[in-house]
Amino acid sequence: MSPETAAPPRAKMEARKLEISYGQKVAVKGIDITLPEHQVTALIGPSGCGKSTFLRALNRMNDLIPGASVRGEVLLDGQGVLAGALDVVELRRRVGMVFQKSNPFPKSIFENVAYGLKVAGQRDRAFLDERVERSLKDAALWDEVKDRLGESAFGLSGGQQQRLCIARALAIEPEVLLMDEPASALDPIATAKIEDLIHELKDRYTIAIVTHNMQQAARVSDQTAFFYMGELVEVGPTEQIFTNPREARTEDYVTGKFG
Amino acid sequence: MAKTHTDKAYEAELSSLREQLLEMGGLVEGAIAGSVRAIVERDATLAEQVKVKDRVVNRMEVAIDQSCRRILALRQPAASDLRFITTSLKIVTDLERMGDLAVNIAERAADLAQAPALRPLHDLVKLAELSEAQLKRALDAFVTGDPGEAEEVLRGDDHLDALYLKIFNELLGLMMEDPRSIRRATSLMFVAKHLERFGDHATNLAEMVIFMVRGTDVRHPKSRADE
Repeated sequence: MSPETAAPPRAKMEARKLEISYGQKVAVKGIDITLPEHQVTALIGPSGCGKSTFLRALNRMNDLIPGASVRGEVLLDGQGVLAGALDVVELRRRVGMVFQKSNPFPKSIFENVAYGLKVAGQRDRAFLDERVERSLKDAALWDEVKDRLGESAFGLSGGQQQRLCIARALAIEPEVLLMDEPASALDPIATAKIEDLIHELKDRYTIAIVTHNMQQAARVSDQTAFFYMGELVEVGPTEQIFTNPREARTEDYVTGKFG
Repeated sequence: MAKTHTDKAYEAELSSLREQLLEMGGLVEGAIAGSVRAIVERDATLAEQVKVKDRVVNRMEVAIDQSCRRILALRQPAASDLRFITTSLKIVTDLERMGDLAVNIAERAADLAQAPALRPLHDLVKLAELSEAQLKRALDAFVTGDPGEAEEVLRGDDHLDALYLKIFNELLGLMMEDPRSIRRATSLMFVAKHLERFGDHATNLAEMVIFMVRGTDVRHPKSRADE
């Protein structure tokens, strides 16, 4: 099928006129954006531009910040998720998150991955074993830890801990994965493994990744959104953003003329 | 004021690349002018100088390719910078070929200088002037980033082709009238052909400038898949 006749991808998540404030300060100003299903959307922009704030709005993590307020709409499969329209715990199960600084629990590797399932009431040992194994395989970590699942998660390297956190997020079967600078604390090889993993995962999930590394955004994403001072300046196919962006500010940012 | 790269070293590398390309363009302009003058003035010494100077053009091709590769490897250029680097790689190839065409013409000059002049060379000089003007205009468009100028170059090529055809037919006529003129007429035909090719390369440069500035690839309009 030629690109001109293929159906456009379904919108897995959408933001409409989304505005996010911390007290009086407006951090994200009225933006509209779609996250296409089974694609990776990269969010780039200088420090303080609102990209992480926006990311957190997608699974209402901003609710945990005192004084944070949100206006507008966020939709998951066309259904609104703000203002109690969808149970927030269910939202965070369907829309998982991985953070910059990996945060394994002070538990065994197995217990880390099984945690979300146990909290949800799952007790069946066979079920847990199967799900933990599958999640660790999906996170490309299984081979490295299969013989030491009972050992502390802190015994893993930085890159492995990050993949453990991804496995933990995948264990509860989300539909969307939000990643906030998932590789910025990792060395190039570990970074490459994470990027390769993202590529594998997008067939089954929809992924949004905040990154300050433009080359990473260029490598992993299908669509790139450029944020600047709370505004969404431009969003488009990654190839277009990095070869011929429409907006002068985007051009200045990706070519390093900012500042 | 046009924004410059925050990293001044990077900005300097890009400026240097631009200067190298313009220097190479200038050398090629000089080469074609010199080679045609060598024909008109029957000056074998000038012809030889053109051939020697082409070595500099060739060295510049190698050096500019190296600069481009270096920037690609170390800077991961994006957007307009990426377009600039990738078009520079192509521009340098066209310029080097244009330098070779000037050498080819110079070789004909040495040849023609050894026999009596065949006929007045007004049309050939006119063709040379047009080709040189095309190159100059394409290089100006490159410097100023003006796609309008580049489009003028593309439009000007038809004029060049028409003049080449006229010269070709006249020389053909001469050869048919007088077989003793064949050797010299053939040489002049080659010169005309080289000048016409020179003009084609100038249009390649213009197409590259349009891509560099606008991000639209305007090459091969008659070969589009849906036609």
